[in-house]
Amino acid sequence: MSHEPPVNWTAADDRRVEDAIRRGATRRDLLRMLMAGGVSLAVGGSVLTRAGRAMADTPVSGGALKVAGITGSNADTLDPAKAANSTDYTRICAFYNRLTFLAKGGTLQMELADSIDTTDAKVWTVKLKKGVTFHDGKPLTSADVVFSLNRHLDPNVGSKVAKIAKQMTEVKAIDPLTVQITLAGANADLPTILAMHQFMIVADGTTDFSKGNGTGAFTVETFQPGVRSVGLKNKNYFKSTGPHVDSFEFFAISDETARVNALLSGDIQMASAIDPRSVKLVNSQPGFQVSTTSAGGYTNLNIRLDTDPGTRAGFIEGMKYLVNREQIQKAVLRGMADIGNDQPISPANPFYNAGLKAKTFDPDRAKSLFKKAGVLGTSIPIIASDAADNSVDMAVVLQQAGADIGMTFDVQRVPSDGYWDKYWLVAPISFGNINPRPTPDLLFSLLYASDAPWNESKYKDPKFDKMLIEARGLLDQAKRKEIYGEMQVMVSENAGTIIPAYMTNIDALSGKLHGLEPNPLGGMMGYAFAEYVWLTA
Amino acid sequence: MTSSVFSLVAGRLTATAVTLLIVSLAVFVATSLLPGDTATILLGQAATPDAVEGLRKAMHLDEPAALRYVFWIAGLFHGDLGTSYANNMPVAQLIGARLVNSMKLAGVTTLFSVPLALVLGITAAIFRGTLYDRVVTFLTIGLISVPEFVVATTAVLIFSVYLHWLPALAFANEIHSVVQLLRVFAMPVITLTFVVAAQMIRMTRAAMIEMLGTHYVEMALLKGASRSRIVLRHALPNALGPIVNAMALSLSYLLGGVIIVETIFNYPGIAKLMVDGVATRDLPLVQSCAMIFCIGFLILTTLADIVAILANPRLR
Repeated sequence: MSHEPPVNWTAADDRRVEDAIRRGATRRDLLRMLMAGGVSLAVGGSVLTRAGRAMADTPVSGGALKVAGITGSNADTLDPAKAANSTDYTRICAFYNRLTFLAKGGTLQMELADSIDTTDAKVWTVKLKKGVTFHDGKPLTSADVVFSLNRHLDPNVGSKVAKIAKQMTEVKAIDPLTVQITLAGANADLPTILAMHQFMIVADGTTDFSKGNGTGAFTVETFQPGVRSVGLKNKNYFKSTGPHVDSFEFFAISDETARVNALLSGDIQMASAIDPRSVKLVNSQPGFQVSTTSAGGYTNLNIRLDTDPGTRAGFIEGMKYLVNREQIQKAVLRGMADIGNDQPISPANPFYNAGLKAKTFDPDRAKSLFKKAGVLGTSIPIIASDAADNSVDMAVVLQQAGADIGMTFDVQRVPSDGYWDKYWLVAPISFGNINPRPTPDLLFSLLYASDAPWNESKYKDPKFDKMLIEARGLLDQAKRKEIYGEMQVMVSENAGTIIPAYMTNIDALSGKLHGLEPNPLGGMMGYAFAEYVWLTA
Repeated sequence: MTSSVFSLVAGRLTATAVTLLIVSLAVFVATSLLPGDTATILLGQAATPDAVEGLRKAMHLDEPAALRYVFWIAGLFHGDLGTSYANNMPVAQLIGARLVNSMKLAGVTTLFSVPLALVLGITAAIFRGTLYDRVVTFLTIGLISVPEFVVATTAVLIFSVYLHWLPALAFANEIHSVVQLLRVFAMPVITLTFVVAAQMIRMTRAAMIEMLGTHYVEMALLKGASRSRIVLRHALPNALGPIVNAMALSLSYLLGGVIIVETIFNYPGIAKLMVDGVATRDLPLVQSCAMIFCIGFLILTTLADIVAILANPRLR
């Protein structure tokens, strides 16, 4: 059956059918109405299908949205600067706004900002939207933005993005709706950086964040750390597009099975971050589906370049050939991943270097490289932990491949508790777990620059550092892409970080929930779904 | 009678104070042994040395741990449970609502499980060796052996996912009527009843069987006392001591040991709060929870002893 409308069918007819459906006409009523108008049964059916689909794309107002996240504790916070995980992100996205918003496909949209302009990527002028108010009625002014951005520099705040905010050497109000940000060095990514969750705008002088007094789509009705939060539709929201639901409740169910069961029993409309194992179960139930997002987070194997065995020539290269990426992607991650090529920029990022191919699994080549490095026959310890998602399984895949060529890997599984303190960045070979970040500059500065705080393999290359600073200040996107492409090759070849796959975030949702789109900042629309989704009966 | 009860309660009170002090010291030492502190845990991967130092200062964690402990103990004498390190809220406020939730769940479970255990345990003892006794024994031992997360998850799959009779989560704040109360509590209570009733049934049955085999029960039988009189008037009061003690142990578990049930049904009780507290190294919170569990346990065992004294003519 064709989905083309019959000849002479106009948009007005589409509207008439949709209107009839909205008023509660059944399929049979409509077909009768159409046949009376001379439309054949087959064609009539296709008209109704089209109308049904169009209706599904039209937001519906009302309903109580209930969503379960993965982690919640007494440390839950509504202070954007301290926001640490998906639970905090989800809540602050509902209660506050950022200056900019990173939408589908990595396109930048203005949120509280009306425009952000610069001529040299160093001095930026931010114009704010007019008529935006906080939940307590106070209008948004440049003083709020100055306060919100400068907070990150105060060590007593304990901001998660203090390092990133440090480059903003001066943030000052020009007039009530204009802010000028001066950076220490040119950085063309500033608008994208301002789209990070921690840079949500709070009211000037706020000290108690438990009230969640932002400009966001929902006002805080209840916030109990470790228990739940309830938001009510903000009647004075500055965006005319949302929110669609009347209330939004969010809580964490840390047990994955319980989270999926709560969805399937209809208690919640979305369960975030489900295990790849549960995908089949969810899809097999009528009225439920999964939504996947490739944001580019990964679990990687880090070999320090400054200590044995990473210092031995050929060892790291051998390891790169011994990691069976396909098996990790298919068996460990159940296909919910893209194969990685040992550098942190994922295919979801516009700056991804598609020409850089991942190394193929080649045990023979690895064997000869290990022989050259003089490690064949010795036992090499690898630290894995549940703290780094799937790292234990990945280590076992590597261990098996090693056993086939006479290489012994001593996989030491250590507790999650204290892992990031005691093993990561410390042990000669250990696993890391990196959350997605929106720009190559953030990833490279954080992970691969010579002075990077999380330089997982102690990779140091002055040429790389120079390229990083050069690309950062460029407003010419094509030139930037070229430099970032080359830097990806350098990291892939020379760093000691093996990135076998970029993981996909999987959220499970009820068929009644609509409007969810993939987002480069993570699952559930970069955690900002609450104001964009709507519920149907 | 009253004098023995009073001396017991007085002795227990003194012991309670000493026990609480020892427990708090043990919790303090154990928490200090854990790697990292609240600042490093909260920052997680972002825990660079200067970030940790800044946050420690902001949270007043830069004072020595022992000093903070002493201050906390001193505050306790004024009835102040301290302030949570993780979110700066008063511990009393954090615990308050959740303790009430835990008590509600424990209370409803007790209401169901104690009569059930008594009836099944006593009848199994009376009809010892019959098919009925064997079925009860088989089921109780079976239930003791099945871990509660299996019971809970299976119950959710059957009653929520497939039959849609009951909610999969226990929304404690949506209780406005008796019907809602029953719906919300149904699954957690079923799960917990399975866990605690099985122990109590076994203990009740064993204690009753022992009493039914004694000479005075035989004497009562020879005097022509009715069966129910023998069981309820003669045997039960003497068996009550061990039964009530077993119940006290099972019920004290309901206060702090139900972390799995709280997690699976997303029920905001105090057990999960304490685990969160340990995970974030939130000493005042962990200490306060430990104190509450300790007090709960001591109250229950004291009550059990009092009931045993009052029920047993020889101890009165």
